Amino acid sequence: MSASEPMFDRLEPLLARVQRPARYIGCEVGAVQPDWSKCEGPDGDRVVRWLLAYPDTYEIGQPNQGLQILFEILNERSDALAERTYAPWVDLEDEMRSAGLPLFSIDTHREASAFNLLAFNLSAELTYTNLLNMVDLAGVPVRSRDRGPEHPLVIAGGHCTYNPEPLADFLDAVVLGDGEEVVGEVTEVVGEWLAAGSRDRTELLRALCGVEGVYVPAAYEVTYDGDGADALVESVEACWETAPMPVPKRTLPDLAEWPYPQSQMVPLTEVVHDRLNVEVFRGCTRGCRFCQAGMITRPVRERPAEQVSAMVREGLARTGYDEVALTSLSSADFSGIAETVEEIVESDTEGRISVSLPSLRVDAFGVDIAAQVQKGRRTGLTFAPEAGTWRMRQVINKLIREEDLYGAVDSAYSQGWRRVKLYFLTGLPTETDEDTLGIARMAENCVTIGKRHMRNPSVTVSVGGFVPKPFTPFQWFGQNTEEELHRKIGLLRDALRRNRNVAFKWHDSRASVVEGMLSRGDRRLGSAIESAWRKGATFQEWSECFSLEMWQEALAEEGLRPEHYAYRHRTEDEVLPWEHLDAGLHKDFLWQDWTDALQEVGLPDCRWTPCYDCGACTGWGVEHVVASAVPPAGGSQGTGQDLDTGGLLPEVVAVPVEVRT
Amino acid sequence: MRVRIRYGVEGKVRFLSHRDVARVMERAIRRAAVPVAYTEGFSPRPKVQYGLALSTGYESDGEYIDIYLDPERQGVRDPREIALALTVCLPAGLEVLAAAEVPRQATSLQDSVESTQWRVLLDVTGGGAMGGLAQQVDELLASESYEIDIIRKGKPVSEDLRPLVHALRVTAPSGGGPAVLEAELGTKPRSIRPSELLGALGVSEPRLVRRTHQWTRRDGDRREPLALGDLSPRAEACAS
Repeated sequence: MSASEPMFDRLEPLLARVQRPARYIGCEVGAVQPDWSKCEGPDGDRVVRWLLAYPDTYEIGQPNQGLQILFEILNERSDALAERTYAPWVDLEDEMRSAGLPLFSIDTHREASAFNLLAFNLSAELTYTNLLNMVDLAGVPVRSRDRGPEHPLVIAGGHCTYNPEPLADFLDAVVLGDGEEVVGEVTEVVGEWLAAGSRDRTELLRALCGVEGVYVPAAYEVTYDGDGADALVESVEACWETAPMPVPKRTLPDLAEWPYPQSQMVPLTEVVHDRLNVEVFRGCTRGCRFCQAGMITRPVRERPAEQVSAMVREGLARTGYDEVALTSLSSADFSGIAETVEEIVESDTEGRISVSLPSLRVDAFGVDIAAQVQKGRRTGLTFAPEAGTWRMRQVINKLIREEDLYGAVDSAYSQGWRRVKLYFLTGLPTETDEDTLGIARMAENCVTIGKRHMRNPSVTVSVGGFVPKPFTPFQWFGQNTEEELHRKIGLLRDALRRNRNVAFKWHDSRASVVEGMLSRGDRRLGSAIESAWRKGATFQEWSECFSLEMWQEALAEEGLRPEHYAYRHRTEDEVLPWEHLDAGLHKDFLWQDWTDALQEVGLPDCRWTPCYDCGACTGWGVEHVVASAVPPAGGSQGTGQDLDTGGLLPEVVAVPVEVRT
Repeated sequence: MRVRIRYGVEGKVRFLSHRDVARVMERAIRRAAVPVAYTEGFSPRPKVQYGLALSTGYESDGEYIDIYLDPERQGVRDPREIALALTVCLPAGLEVLAAAEVPRQATSLQDSVESTQWRVLLDVTGGGAMGGLAQQVDELLASESYEIDIIRKGKPVSEDLRPLVHALRVTAPSGGGPAVLEAELGTKPRSIRPSELLGALGVSEPRLVRRTHQWTRRDGDRREPLALGDLSPRAEACAS
């Protein structure tokens, strides 16, 4: 049987034995159908076949908008086609391995070997072992250097690729930044290589180096200042002429030209974020110093409000969804937010459509918008103050005043919400126990406010251990040790134990250690990743599968340790493993912002205050695309308003908080 | 107004769970602009009544839902047009086979169905295995009671299979191919699953299980809640 023929009949008997088989059938309503007849035409041999892969389960990966956007764009082209694949859960993997079945696409159920590219979306470090596993299941050698011309090219995009170094041995190429345009250029290069009938993989990789935004790890040589566990990167040199230094990221100047996905597919089985998603802007200049997404996706590019409305209207009619999410890193900051929400609410004559804003701003304005869109049962509202004291929030540049939060919470309880959920980070730079315990104090104050409106208000506190990320001001910060994070979580648990209105949740600090190492690691970590994978450490994002022991063994075998990769403070002159990549941010801006952080100096949002030259706009000929020159109503976070009063009102329980209506 | 839809399940979509199919149906109803009524309360749900659940992995020629229409809402009301509109909005493999109005007061699908009929394809290799299976079928049919151990609500219980097996027949493949097991299984006082019957017969992995019919009874006659091809505006068949 030819690899390009569907293989569903061989998969079918296996599906009868596994949990939730619906996640392997595809068949989504509205999904664009990949057209294999393109491969039959006169130029059929140069049609580039992409297998877009998400290294986690279908339920997690299917809603990923980036993957759906590229799926549509590629299938629209006459010289490309794309299908999708997700990590098979362990039960199906076992069945596949014993039946000798390879990784398959879920659109028309073809073997991975029918494709020219295996292109991964990398959104989380803990999925790296799944990537190796899927490459292996595809019948492809996990290390690039062992692959031949018959194997698909293994590439990756997504936020984690801003430091792809731990995966350098496994990835043939990496794409930095927005994918909409670059996938077309990659298609053309691969198509030419196919048409020329070349068997030389290196030739293809050399050509790919010429595509702006593409990084080919094999084209760079990394030297270290020693060979012990604590060796540092000494230099990174381009060893091919075609290899750029540094490698720039891609940035779409205008989102309006890319109204994708145009036909968001509706899954037949349950997935996360199962709703219509419309991206209202990309990029964020709030400047939260812990937030990698906000740093690497600059500048802010808004979608015109009319286009948002049209995409919402058409999307709801086409999909049959009764919920639409306006997505971005901070949707309440969208210039047209009030009008857009109003239009959706007004056009919904039967009152069945709900609108969600995945990142609600912490102020009464945010609550007012939530009230406008959430007409049904008001169960819970989520805010992310991130830190428990004003001092700490100045360090991380999340400039929410206590009064903003308490105003928002008061407004939420007074309008009928019964539960408030608060997200925090612990293990932040300069954090003291007083800062950590500030989280408990804030939660208790929220309960007190809630009791003015109802007998039994509920506050959920969710705490994650902070993991520093590349291309943020905190990239030089030594992460808290596992023991320290564990101790801080214990402090909070003890402090909140007696308050029966507060529910306390926390992330596993052991997983934060592994995430931290992978996030800022260098190429030497690759063998430890491979070793952990060979021990069976897949699905490490899933608490039932996570195994710190496997990672510890793998690291020990390779002579590496978390103290070096995760817990160590970096100095200004250290060569960072990702320094040959360019996220658009000047290194001196990031260093300045880091020193500002240590001095508790906040930095306002540059959309409405003067430019501080982070590099995102100036170096790239793009600018913020914002429809409104004035900051959004309400709220002080980074808008340059009233920052100096932020520390006031610490004892809100004693002060009557103005109820905003 | 209450409209009954009969639909089939075939191909890849047989791996959907009962809950998945319900969600797919509700979205299709919304996209097809069928003026479905909604329940009262904080989170209104479309008023759709489901028949007996079909196990994940099985195909069917006879699945049913009842859709309650809201007299106040505009939209497609004619059962034939509803059938056409839904067909367009459903994924390949979920196909509307018949539609008709039923009286509002008619017994619910779950209560009115008394037996279900199945067609199972089995990979039986060799005449010996086939003979063994045929013998087991004969023994089961000849017995007065046939206790099996099954799991119900997480607990092992013993259940008499015999009264629930209304008909059972196994035929040898003529000229190769899978053996065919046909069974009619009772649903009262509670249903027996095809997998439980197959387990009792020592079959662990059938190639394909397909529900071919669901039967109601009225005046001693066996009828389907909606006959195939029945697109008439009013189905008398189920006005029980």
